[in-house]
Parts: sequence; structure tokens; C-alpha cells
Amino acid sequence: MDQLPPAIAVEELRKSFGELEAVRGVSFTVDTGEVFGFLGPNGAGKTTTINMLCTLARPTAGTARVAGHDVVGERDAVRRHIGLVFQDPTLDGYLTAEQNLRLHAGLYGVQRDLIEPRMRQVLEMVGLWERKDTVVATFSGGMRRRLEIARGFLHSPRVLFLDEPTIGLDPQTRSSIWRYIRELQEAENITIFMTTHYMDEAEFCDRIAIMDHGEIVALDAPESLKAQIGRDRVRIETGDDAAAIAALDEQWGVDAQVIDGAVSFQIEEGEAFVPQLFDRLGVAIRSVSVSRPTLDDVFMSFTGTTIRDAEESAASHRNRMAMRAMSGGRR
Amino acid sequence: MSTEVIRVHVPGRSARGELRAIAIVWRRELIRFRSDRLRIVTTLVQPLLFLFVLGSGLQQLSQASTHGVDLKTFIYPGILCISVMFTAMFSAASIVWDREFGFLREMMVAPVRRSSIVIGKVLGGATVAGLQGLIVVALAGAVDVPYAPTLIVGIILLQLLLAFTVTAFGVMAAARIKQMQSFMGLMQMIVVPMFFISGALFPVQNLPAWLTVLNRLDPLTYAVDPMRRLVFDHIDISAAARAALDPGVTWFGWRVPTALEIAIVLLLGLAMLGIAIWEFSASD
Repeated sequence: MDQLPPAIAVEELRKSFGELEAVRGVSFTVDTGEVFGFLGPNGAGKTTTINMLCTLARPTAGTARVAGHDVVGERDAVRRHIGLVFQDPTLDGYLTAEQNLRLHAGLYGVQRDLIEPRMRQVLEMVGLWERKDTVVATFSGGMRRRLEIARGFLHSPRVLFLDEPTIGLDPQTRSSIWRYIRELQEAENITIFMTTHYMDEAEFCDRIAIMDHGEIVALDAPESLKAQIGRDRVRIETGDDAAAIAALDEQWGVDAQVIDGAVSFQIEEGEAFVPQLFDRLGVAIRSVSVSRPTLDDVFMSFTGTTIRDAEESAASHRNRMAMRAMSGGRR
Repeated sequence: MSTEVIRVHVPGRSARGELRAIAIVWRRELIRFRSDRLRIVTTLVQPLLFLFVLGSGLQQLSQASTHGVDLKTFIYPGILCISVMFTAMFSAASIVWDREFGFLREMMVAPVRRSSIVIGKVLGGATVAGLQGLIVVALAGAVDVPYAPTLIVGIILLQLLLAFTVTAFGVMAAARIKQMQSFMGLMQMIVVPMFFISGALFPVQNLPAWLTVLNRLDPLTYAVDPMRRLVFDHIDISAAARAALDPGVTWFGWRVPTALEIAIVLLLGLAMLGIAIWEFSASD
């Protein structure tokens, strides 16, 4: 198992569109079975990178190997070993869920006797087996996404690419989609490569790469990234806030403030700090909470934009897409 | 998971795999056609209007010039062609929809040749148009054309050929034209004049010179003419009427043989299919 080549190996990958350098020499490897997330504001080059990895765009320079095959020289071999879930839906609404999957199985040359059991397996995993005879046009956005994910898994790919798999879905649906992705990934040891701009989703990844202006500005496990940038936030509710603030300054040199009715401060390894707090604060403590720096903080510190800005630009991007769809335009 | 994972294996490229891809794209067109009953009705309206309204109406004026042959019977072969043509156009348009709704992408990233996708699409569109043409074939009795087996088989084969060529043309155009409005606009701009010029509604001899030239350049002419000959071979009319109504297509006085006419339509279709494959293979 551990002798497998990396699921994805990228070296100095570049892509230019005329004058515009969308991807400026990125390098990374993704191990088999890893869930790898690509984060970044819109226009950072995430989708361009994913398109190169799944052979939909030709790199201007650099190399990328996916499932052990070169994305330019062995395009077909790469395609056989990857599954794709695009940002925009690619289901045939006229067909039923089952017909969509059968079509996919046919295009990928899945052995006929395995289509039925495999289809059942992936549909059960995403909870759509009972709906297999329903025409896809009547599915909700979340159901379509689940069906697309099931389809992406159908031909047992080694690497599954998900481009913004939960964009435009409500939070509940998003978290259930994530559960399905995780379950499928664990059941089949498939490598997942995904892009997202939802910070909370990045937490599901084993490692994340933050991309900005076509370059990778940070790459590590979410926990390590958070550890790199900052300290935990501790909030305590006390009987005497003023005394607590004074004691914190005196005992540990910590600068605390009252925020939303609780004394709040930042410190390294906040959980380890809590016992000391009870020992030495000398003020009655009613409650304590320790929170890690969020990926929002990480994102901000590496890209200089808040995720809210990134989401707003994504929202306007979606609006543009919707308008283009209405006017019959094409991406 | 409750049961063990069923692993499937995606095989390398093979002729069988490509044939399977063609078959599956073809079958999808049929499934879609079956579920889209509205389309079956709407694409029939125009040919039926021509056949029964225009045919019955102009009949009042043309008794003498048609040598007693009902105008509906005369234009029936043309209607057989035009109904298939309109449907084939719609079939080809579905590739534009596929692009807009993203489904084209699902097919384009599959580990099969683009040519298999395009061929499946064209054959599927042609089959759908041919099926729809059967409705017009069924109307033969209403315009005094007999249901002779040789006639019906011949009509179906000619319809399939024409449907193939028109779908190939549409798919070729769809490789470049990415918006539905532009596509339908272009199709209307090309197909309607082709229909009027083709001689579907009139005999193609003794026309004004400019119209004769246009008629001989119109590919649809070479589908309508064999269709008309086929139908007229099976109805009982005077030699004078036959000569006036089914004069055949001539190039500088030379009568173009039916086989050559069919070959022209077929070669044109194959050429456009080739261009369509080339265009879709070249795109990312």
C-alpha cells in the first residue's frame, strides 16, 4: 500500500492565458488516501489548477502526474483513474438517476455485470438508492450534488476531484455532503482533491493549500497552519472581571479585555493554560472556553483578505453565472 | 460500510469500448426523445400545416397545372423530407443544450474518443428524426399514396439518410456556435430557405434562371428529388402528369441519376461529420 506513487505530484506547474498568468509555478504532492483541499479567493487559480490536473486544460509549463500518469502525455490513462465533480452541474436532467449512472458506466467501460451492484453501492452511500428511478430534473440541488458525487465514485477512481462541491448549498446539505464524501473516501481509500472557499469545510481536509494570485502561499494540515499563525482564544466568565483582568496582567503578563460579557484573551496552548488559571487567578470562575484560531484567521494572515470578501466575490461570481445561464451564455 | 466495496476497473481504449460509447450516446438520444413528447408534437406542426393547409388551399388554384394530381400528393415527398429536416435540426440543437447544462463536459472528459461521442450523437439524432418521420409516413393514405412495403422501406431509408446529413450539419455548427438563440437563428436562416428552394413545393424545371441555379446548389434538392421519384413510382398517374410534376434534376441538360443524388447527400453528411469530429477533438 505505502509503495504506491503519490496520487498527485505537481512540479512547477504554470498556466497563462495570454498576458494573464493564472497559475505561477505551483509544486506539491498528495498522498494516496489523503483529503487535500485547495483554498483561496476567487480568481486565485484554483479551478485552473484543477482543470490542468484532470486534463481539461494544458499546462503552459511544468509537469503534473495524477495516479502515476502524466496529464499531458498520458491523458487517457489519467482520465481512466480520476473522477470529477465540477462546480457546475453536469447531469442530464431528462434522465433518471439510474440512467445517468448507467450512461457514465458505459462511457467509462465498466464491466456490465458490475454496473448494477456498483451502482447500488454508490447510490446507497449517498442515500439515493430509493430515488434511482426519479428523473433528475425533479431533484433538489443537494440531491443532484450527491448524485454527482456518487457518479464520480462509480468507476472506482484513484483520485476524485471536487471543484467547489458544496457551492450554493444550504449549511445542512453541505455538512451531509461532507459526511458522504468522507464515508466514501474511507470505504475506498480514494484520494480526494478539492477546492472550496468555505473555511469550515477546509477543516475536513487532511492538508490544505492556500492559493493566492496563482501561487501556493501556505500548505499544511489545518491544525499546523492554525498553530503557525496564532494563539488560542480563551474566554472566562468571572465574578469580578476587573480583578480578573488585573490578575491576568500581573501573573502572566496577558493583555485581556471584556468582550461580549466575558474576559477574553489570546495565549499559546490555551487548554494547557486552563489549570494554571484555576490555580493562580484568585477570582471565582464561572465558565471557561478555549477556542483555536479559525482557518479564517489563517486565511486572512496568508492572503490579506477576509473570507467574507472571498465569499462575496464568490457570490457575485455565482450571480454572474446565473445571469449568463439565463442569457444563454457559456462559461 | 456494511458490505465489501465493489471495485470496478476502467479498461484502456479499445474498439469495443468506443462502440459501446457510441451506442450509449445514441441510446441517450432515444431516451430523451421518448421523455420529450412536447417536442414530438411541436416539430410536426410545421410539416402538417404545409401538407394539409397549404396543400388543400392551393389545390383550388392548381387543378389544371397538376394534371389532376392532388397538390397534397405532389408535395407529400417534400413534406417527408422537411419533417425529418426540422426534427434533425432540433436533435442537433440538443448538443448546444448539453453544453449549456454542462452535460457535454461529462461526455468530453470520459476516457473515450471524441469521435465516438460525436458519431453517437449524430446517429442518435438521425434515428430520432427518422422515428418522427414515421408519423408523416403513416399519413400516406390521407394523400392517396399507397402503403406499399417497398415504398415505405425506401422512404424510411431516404429519411434516415437525410436526417443523418442534417444532424451532422447541426452538430458541426454546434461545435462553433455555443448559444442556443444564435444556433436556432442560424438554423432557421439556413433551413427555411433550403426548404423553399429545394423544390419540395414545386417542380424544378422551367424555373427562372436564378432560381434554377440556387435550386441546383441546394443540397436538399438532391434528397427531395429521389423521394419524389420513389413516391411517384408507386402512384397511378398519367405520363404527362409524371413528366410535368417529376421532371428530375438536370445539370446543364444532363439528368442527374438518382444514385448520384443519394451519393451527394451521403458524402455531404460524412464530410460534415468529419468536420464535426475534428472540431470537437481539437477543443479542450
